[in-house]
Amino acid sequence: MTELSRRQLLTNGCVGVAVTATPTEAFAIARPPKEISPDAVGMLYDSTLCIGCKACVAACKTANEMPVEIPPDLSNWNEHTWDSAEDLSGRTLNVIKVYRNGTAEKKDREIDGFAFVKRHCLHCVDPSCVSVCPVGAMRKDPVTGVVSHDPDACIGCRYCVYACPFGVPQYDFNNPFGKIAKCQFCRHLLKDGKVPACCDVCPTGASLFGNVKDLEQETARRLSATPGTPYQFPRGRLGDNRPPNPATIPSYVKAIYGEHEGGGTQVRYIAGVPFPRLGLPTVPSQAPAALSEGVQHTIYQWLIAPIIAFAGLALLVRRRVNRAEGDAEPKSKGDRP
Amino acid sequence: MSAAAPLRRSLVTPTTLVLAALVVIGFYFLALRLIYGLGAVTNLNSGYPWGIWVDVDIFIGTALGCGGFSMAILVYAFNGTAYHPLIRPALLGGLFGYTLGGLAAFTDLGRWWQAYNVLLPWHWQPNSAMFEVALCLLAYTAVLWIEFVPIILERFKWLALKRFLERWMFLFIALGILLPLMHQSSFGSVLLSMGPKLSPLWFTVWLPLLFVLSAILMGYAVVMFEATVVTHAFDLPSEHALISKLSKVVGWVALVWLVIRWADLLNRGVVNLAFAGDLKASMFWIENALFLAAVLIFLTPGGRASQRASFLGAVALLAGAVLYRLDALMIGDTPVGNWSYFPSVPELMVTIGIIALEILLYLVFIKLFPVLEGPSQSDMASA
Repeated sequence: MTELSRRQLLTNGCVGVAVTATPTEAFAIARPPKEISPDAVGMLYDSTLCIGCKACVAACKTANEMPVEIPPDLSNWNEHTWDSAEDLSGRTLNVIKVYRNGTAEKKDREIDGFAFVKRHCLHCVDPSCVSVCPVGAMRKDPVTGVVSHDPDACIGCRYCVYACPFGVPQYDFNNPFGKIAKCQFCRHLLKDGKVPACCDVCPTGASLFGNVKDLEQETARRLSATPGTPYQFPRGRLGDNRPPNPATIPSYVKAIYGEHEGGGTQVRYIAGVPFPRLGLPTVPSQAPAALSEGVQHTIYQWLIAPIIAFAGLALLVRRRVNRAEGDAEPKSKGDRP
Repeated sequence: MSAAAPLRRSLVTPTTLVLAALVVIGFYFLALRLIYGLGAVTNLNSGYPWGIWVDVDIFIGTALGCGGFSMAILVYAFNGTAYHPLIRPALLGGLFGYTLGGLAAFTDLGRWWQAYNVLLPWHWQPNSAMFEVALCLLAYTAVLWIEFVPIILERFKWLALKRFLERWMFLFIALGILLPLMHQSSFGSVLLSMGPKLSPLWFTVWLPLLFVLSAILMGYAVVMFEATVVTHAFDLPSEHALISKLSKVVGWVALVWLVIRWADLLNRGVVNLAFAGDLKASMFWIENALFLAAVLIFLTPGGRASQRASFLGAVALLAGAVLYRLDALMIGDTPVGNWSYFPSVPELMVTIGIIALEILLYLVFIKLFPVLEGPSQSDMASA
């Protein structure tokens, strides 16, 4: 725990979030919002169930063949045996962070308490990274909704890193042949009917995989249950017959992060402390991609405007050039050698 | 047809030697970047994945290269034939602004060896403003070189070929107006994807219009700046009469820009953010004050008449527009998480090296090719 409690950036970080929170502004020129696929898969992360064991971080590294990451200031006593990633990076696709306040006595309490949060791609319904990528290296699966990345298409412009409202895609700056790294929901495992590594390994069911529709019902059940009542928390994949985690309903903040943020996401969060405290950014419900594409499509629809502009300019310029030459003709004879 | 001639001066001067040294230093660090990666040379991080190489070399550098584009609008679209002497130098500035902006973009790419994917239709992703920028930028750089070819032909007296090319030049001049209208506005559209990460002081649906208008302004300001500096440095006849006439147009365009900017801010009701007292607010005021200073100089007869004042006006406009881009791209941005960015020395040296190369090539070209008007006929005869 030393390594986790050493980090106070979340408490600092969320101050910034609170100050710069943008008023929810919807722009009329935006294109219509995108609908979630009926077969979309997703994850429910319940911060109150998370015990911060980071088994998910280790399992993710193994499943995705990502290198161990040890920050320079920890490398003296850590002889490359303990993966101690502090944040998402070009080498880390998911990470557990901690919120601490005051005496940090009680879990999932905002004041004098602490709470865990897991960070990775939220698999937006209308992803900015897919919209901004100039070469189509970011793609959203039309059925599962998983947002994937193709390093062979990627040119490394890092527009996805710049634009993602959740701060997810990462470029490995320390490698001359660096790639963009982001959670792809273990799509290589999904293909074989398996569960994403982080959900598969989670001992408490804090990370729960499933169909988004089913997860929505599960989320509603938890939020509507009375705190203190016994509850069987499913583990791994919702609907599988794994033994559940018997516990009691905590006192949740009655909100779901990811339901509306940035046009909605397929990964949802519920927690005992407000989301900005966990470092989850405040994102308006209109997807940024809906606005930028709305403007681009208005200007460039069928390329009509540029083509008309070109024709008009060509005619105008031709007339001007001809007239200028007509004026210059008698004089220009003397110019010639 | 033109009264332009190569400037008969030595290519090796203290200025060109200093510039060449800066170029060598810059390219040394650029080589390190290619061998050891972006992280070895730059201070880029996940919160600031775009640093000065993107912001200054591309977003600002190409706008500084908009002289040719801005003058073409004036001369061809508004029949300002009087400004003809300013066209060739402006074109030359744009030629290197864009060519080297493209070079900077290439070396900044994290996976540069796959850069050609942008040209492969099966990779095209037209929803991306970056895609539009990339293709348009490449096309416009080609157009600038085509527009410059007659000047090279004139130098070597291949006049038949020059006349043939000039017969079709109207198509390229038209493209040379259209393409910058497209990609300079798309530079603004690039930021439309930033959503909540960009302060509402800059984030608006009018970003594309504000970007293209400010690029036109930067084009004019560069032409004014360059004409004053070059005529002074090489003791050429002053262009002030033309500059003064031009500055009135520029003043009005700058005023329109400010009106759009403020009408939008007031309409969205976000002006209160300008009083937050933070870095963003300070930069916002500096940027707007610089624009306003330029407007006040250019729209008063006294300001236009004074050579010094109109030069300062051009500098203020350049600084204001550069700052506007820097603010919108970086300073107005709040990344997710606790990140900060300030360019490293090697990173700065690369940008300085690229700017030095632009100036160096400009100085070499005005001495080799008929770009500037004004060198005396005896100079021309001895050429």
